[in-house]
Amino acid sequence: MLEFYGKRFGSRLLLGTARYPSPAILADAVRASTCEIVTVSLRRESGDMRAGQDFWALMKELGTHILPNTAGCHSAREAVTTARMAREVFATSWIKLEVIGDSDTLQPDPFGLVEAARILCSEGFEVFPYMNDDLVVAEKLVEAGCRVLMPWGAPIGSGRGLNNPYALRTMRAHFPDITLVVDAGLGVPSHAAAAMELGYDAVLVNTAVAKAGDPVAMARAFAAAVEAGRLAFEADPIDALDMAVPSTPLLGKALL
Amino acid sequence: MKIVLNGKSHETASTDLASLLAEIDFADAIVATALNGEFVSVDQRDGVSLQPGDRVEIVAPMQGG
Repeated sequence: MLEFYGKRFGSRLLLGTARYPSPAILADAVRASTCEIVTVSLRRESGDMRAGQDFWALMKELGTHILPNTAGCHSAREAVTTARMAREVFATSWIKLEVIGDSDTLQPDPFGLVEAARILCSEGFEVFPYMNDDLVVAEKLVEAGCRVLMPWGAPIGSGRGLNNPYALRTMRAHFPDITLVVDAGLGVPSHAAAAMELGYDAVLVNTAVAKAGDPVAMARAFAAAVEAGRLAFEADPIDALDMAVPSTPLLGKALL
Repeated sequence: MKIVLNGKSHETASTDLASLLAEIDFADAIVATALNGEFVSVDQRDGVSLQPGDRVEIVAPMQGG
């Protein structure tokens, strides 16, 4: 089973809650995905709108585990403060740690990420770092205390899939005991299946579901792909070859 | 005095963070607070005095990826 910091889960799909056409469609997509963990954020609450209170009521109704993020933070200091606020509001020590280094690609800042991870791990947080696919950064995050790593497939919201399968495969081989999640950049269910076939423990998807023509159906499709990819990984896929190998036996073929 | 509340200028008679939240009808809301970039927990709010020009952030659960 999938395990995050001692908690076990049946579903290997994590779903983001942003960019859906409506709260009702978000709720239906979460239910259709059968996911057990959703990501959320903290944003300024205005006096008259109270949108946050309504959103929180919906999340409580869905009853999934909550993984708060530090999305939009561009420094370790900002991310740490956001994490501390999230721990109080959501009553969880889980934090999806994002420290953004580049506004165009939303590429993580590896230096700020490691700095923030060290502080948060020392304060008892259970950190899910959103990172690039650099092995050295991964090592530093594990040294800081992270037991989960979340390398990107591609830039957030880009839908490009796995830009660098080699790096992801290498990371899986290098960290057999760390829970690995491909987070960001997936566009279609086959991308999720490919990540799972590499041996990743889970995938996190948001935009690909939320912005699909039918988010509820797409949530179901991603859930099926994640399950198929995991089954394929456990079934030990064959190696790719350069040349053909006949599948029908030649022995006994009629000489015509 | 004037403070900056969630990025906007705000006139307040409150002298501490807990009073400010009550003043804007947020006393019972699910929110977290920060003063000048530092987290202020629920328990600390009534002990944190406000000064003119302070930057107060009040955040609530929101959709996220």
